[in-house]
Order: sequence, then structure tokens, then C-alpha cells
Amino acid sequence: MKLIDTPNLDDHDAFYAELLAAHRGLSEAQSHALNAQLILILANHIGDREVLSEALALARKR
Amino acid sequence: MPYDYRSYPYVAPPGLTAPEPRHKVVVVGAGPIGLAMALELANHGVASVVLDDNNVVSMGSRAICWSKRSLEIFDRLGIGDKVLAKGVTWSVGRICHGDDEIFHFDLEREPGQKMPPFVNLQQYYVEEFLVDRAMDHPLVDLRFKNRVTALDQGEDTAHVTVKTPDGSYGLKADYVLACDGARSTLRAMLGLDFEGELFEERFLIADVEMEADFPSERWFWFEPTFHDGQSALLHRQADNIYRIDLQLGWDADPDEERKPENVVPRVEKLVGPDFELDWVSIYSFQCRRLKTFVHHRVIFAGDSAHVVSPFGARGGNGGMQDVDNLGWKLAAVLHGRAPRTLLDSYDRERVFGADENIAQSSRATRFMTPAPGVERLFRDQVLALAGKAAFAQGWVNSGRLSTPCVYPGLGPDDPHLPALTRPGSVAVDAPQGNRWLLDTLGGTVKLLAVNCTAPEGLEAETVAAELNDEVQRRYLGEAEQALYLVRPDQVIAARWVEPERRKIATAIRALWEGRP
Ligand SMILES: Cc1cc2nc3c(=O)[nH]c(=O)nc-3n(C[C@H](O)[C@H](O)[C@H](O)COP(=O)(O)OP(=O)(O)OC[C@H]3O[C@@H](n4cnc5c(N)ncnc54)[C@H](O)[C@@H]3O)c2cc1C
Repeated sequence: MKLIDTPNLDDHDAFYAELLAAHRGLSEAQSHALNAQLILILANHIGDREVLSEALALARKR
Repeated sequence: MPYDYRSYPYVAPPGLTAPEPRHKVVVVGAGPIGLAMALELANHGVASVVLDDNNVVSMGSRAICWSKRSLEIFDRLGIGDKVLAKGVTWSVGRICHGDDEIFHFDLEREPGQKMPPFVNLQQYYVEEFLVDRAMDHPLVDLRFKNRVTALDQGEDTAHVTVKTPDGSYGLKADYVLACDGARSTLRAMLGLDFEGELFEERFLIADVEMEADFPSERWFWFEPTFHDGQSALLHRQADNIYRIDLQLGWDADPDEERKPENVVPRVEKLVGPDFELDWVSIYSFQCRRLKTFVHHRVIFAGDSAHVVSPFGARGGNGGMQDVDNLGWKLAAVLHGRAPRTLLDSYDRERVFGADENIAQSSRATRFMTPAPGVERLFRDQVLALAGKAAFAQGWVNSGRLSTPCVYPGLGPDDPHLPALTRPGSVAVDAPQGNRWLLDTLGGTVKLLAVNCTAPEGLEAETVAAELNDEVQRRYLGEAEQALYLVRPDQVIAARWVEPERRKIATAIRALWEGRP
């Protein structure tokens, strides 16, 4: 597997807080829009179809 | 000036009075694909009878955008100059969200190729030029008002029953080519069905005539204010005719929407009041194909074999690539030059091509007409991002314009040579003195020697390329020399930096056998 699913982000608690803060004051529709843009931006940044496919599979896994 | 529809003469066919000798090929349908097919076969020395149930060219404008590869094929069929002279050459596309441009692209003519990336010309003109050419050609027997009503096949022959104004007659042929369009009756006669997707969306397509000086560009709007949040397209054709596509939604009533009193106000909002309505139609679109295109002695090509939504101009252009692929193969089988397995490679390669066209067209249609919910969410956010991040412009999909596919499984290849001309690709044009490379390659198997000589005694004519910047860039890259094996459809079959006689001979054999 190419996707990193083990700890990889320093200070993830702070990022998590930043993510929630970015959504503060948004309507549900606006939040969905922000999330969608975020996915697109990150997908482009990652730039690796294999990693993205694995991420999609992981997200869908129950 | 609206197009002047001539009716072509009906002539009572000989088969009405006495049985005709068995023909090599009967082409059913004189649309762009059937006509081009007959002319292409004639180029390879094969005579054919072309039957069409009608006696006028395509009513209303359907196809307008012809790709570089189609233009190259038209050129080989003898109508390239006419298409270029009459058509509108364009390369810039502008994409708007709301009423503002979010970006534009320029397909920019790559220097050193005879044909531009795209020319817009109404389908009726293309058909007219092909009909004129076919009527002049001694190897094409074009018969109007000849409708095929029945079909059966034997071991080595196919038989059609043909209805004319003077009664019915029969024709026998080695092969019948079903070029009878999206509603193919031959498909139904063989009990075959399309597989694929139908889009629940309706589009209003109108051709309007106006003395405007809109530039020769492709304009596409997502959610413009003049059309209530749906998509719209404006494109210029010959004779001051403009094509307008307006998304209507699935609930629209086609009969109501077609009425001029409903069309005119919609068009007015886009172009103002000074126009004449030339033609209007309401479409819903499918992206579907036959499972296989070769059914013993009956071979499907064009819309009878596959249909796509028009965003990307892959219908007619895809069909022209069927013509390109099938012409030399069928001729070689009929001349006894190649085994019948060569026709299996038509099936394999054009199914591959159709799948690529279907995938591209489906994705574009989905982007333009997203389902409510998450599809719509992502579509809208791609558009929102395109205004602020460069990468997202490329994700905006208003149609990926037709280019020939790269057939898989050909070779051998050499990794030192440029990807652009890898095996499976159509050879890229380049200047050669005062001629063009594609003219030099012509329609027979060639060994294209770039800065080298081909070994002696091979069953292929050698063409020595004149070395210039374009040839260097497209055919050598960093390499010193290269030898290319090119098929009659100008598809590159194999290439070597260090050519060896034995390996080339093997590749030539594989080419005629249609082996992957
Ligand atoms: C709105 C619209 C826009 C398009 N835009 C483009 C574009 O920009 N670029 C592009 O490349 N493509 C485009 N297309 C697609 C293009 O029009 C078709 O792919 C093309 O017409 C297919 O050609 P064909 O010869 O296979 O079929 P057709 O053009 O349908 O011709 C079939 C012929 O067979 C005849 N026939 C049918 N049954 C029988 C029978 N039983 N006996 C005898 N004759 C018969 C018919 O009369 C007809 O003449 C567009 C299509 C539409 C609808």
C-alpha cells in the first residue's frame, strides 16, 4: 500500500482544531462546499492516482 | 443564406431487371461514414455499392466540429481543400461561469502540420462534398432511394433485399458494411442491441443565421444568467450560421420547446434580436455501443456501432477513425493479401476507441448535467475553484475534444524515442520540403527511415525522412536515428533505434495478421 495510514502529521490535534475553525459560522451547505474544495485541492497536491484510490477505498471501508 | 438542399437523382438499379453479379462490398447508408468508407475502399482499389434510403444530405446541421485526424482523412479522400476553404478554423475555447470567463484554452495549431486542430463545418456540406466525390468515382456505385429491408448471411456471403420506388431487388456481397446510423435497421435485423448509458437530460440545439462578428471561438457557459442556471454553448459555422446548445432539463417537453415562439426568446437572450432561426431540434443523449462490431460478413461502423453525446465531437470523428481502421484491412482481406483475422483487429481496436470516446463523452456530460446532491456539489466546487486555482481549470469539463486513441498492444517500441509517436499512435504530420509527411506516407505500409537506412529486401517501401526540427522533435527526441513501421492507416506499428532485418520482418508479418 502506498497510502500512509500510520501517524504522519505532526501536531494533528492543532490541525483538527484548525479544520473545525475553518467551518465555524458556515451553513451546512457552505461546509459541504468547503469540504469538497478541500478534497479537490488536496487530491491535486497529492498528485498520485494510486494513493488517491487507496484513500477512497479506506474511506469507504466499514 | 440557408443551405440549398439538392435532391440527388434516383436511377433504377440494374438488379431490378436481372440479378447483379456478386459484389465485393455493399455499404448500407450514405451518411458521412458510409460515403467515406466507400471512398476509402476505392483508394485501396475495392469497388462498392452504396445504398441510401434517402436522396438528400443530412437534414439540419448535426456534426459541426471536425478534428485534425478527420481533416487528414478527408484530404486523402479528396475533399480536404474544400472543407478547409468552406469551414471555419478555430482554436480558442472560452469557459464561463455565470456571465464571467473563468479561463480559456488555445488548441493552437502546432507548427509544421498541414491540418489545423479543428474546423467547423455543417455536416450537410461534408456530405455534399463526399457525395460529389463518390458520384465521380468509378469504383463507387452510389444509389439513392435504395432502402435495405432484409439481411441474411451465408458461410461466405451476405445478402440484402433492397426496396426502391420501382420495387425490390436483391444484392449479394462478400461483405456488407452497416453504416446506417444510430437507429441502424441492420442492427435490429441481426437482433443486436446497444449497451451503455442514457442521460436523463434534454438539450435544445439551434442553428441561427446572423450578421454578427462573434469571433471564431467556442464559448461555453456554466449557469449563465441568460439561461437560468443551465449550460449553454455557442459555436460558429460556415455561412454566418451559429450553433447554440442549451440545456433544458429532463422535464422539458420536446414538442413545446421546439416551437419557434419558445425557441426565439431563449436565443434572443444570448445573441440579441437580429437573427434568423435556421434549424431547431431537441435531443437527449446516449453513450452506448455494440458489444462487437464484426458479425461474420456484416461489419458495423460509425453511429450504427456506437453513439456518444456530442460534447467532445467524438461521434462523426470517431466514425471517421473506424473508416481509417477498416478500409485497408478489408481491402487486404478481399485482395487475399491478409487473413480474415485482420478484421478481428478492427473489432478489437475500434471497440477500444469507442470505449475511450464513450468514457470521455460520458464524463463531460456528467460534468455538465450533474445529478442533484453530491455530483452537483463537486461540479459546482470545481467551477468555484477554477476561478482561484490554476489546477482546477483543467478539471472543468465542457467536452474533451476528439483526438485519435493510441491502440494498445502494438510494438516493439524503443523507450528512447518520443512518446508522441509511440506504437499505436497516428503518425504526426511534419513538413517535408514542399510536401507533408502524411502525404508521403500515403496509404500503404511504409518504413519511415529517420537519419538511417532500412535493411534491404523487406516487404515494405522505405521513405527516407527529410530531417528538420519537427521531424527531430516528433520522431527522434534524443536518439540519433530511428526506423518506424507505419500501417496503411498511418498508425505507427513498431519502431527501432537499432533496426534489425529479422525483427522488422516479424513486425511486418504481425501487421498483416492483425496480431496484437
Ligand atoms: C446535435 C448533434 C451534434 C453533433 N456534433 C458533432 C460534431 O461536432 N462532430 C462530430 O464528429 N460528430 C457530431 N455529431 C455526431 C454525428 O452527427 C454522427 O456521428 C454522424 O452523423 C454519424 O454518421 P453515420 O454515417 O454513421 O450515420 P448517419 O449520419 O446517421 O447516416 C446514416 C445513413 O444511413 C441511411 N440509412 C439508414 N437506414 C437505412 C437502410 N435501411 N437502408 C439504406 N440506408 C439507410 C440514412 O438515411 C443515413 O443517410 C453530432 C450529432 C448531433 C445529433
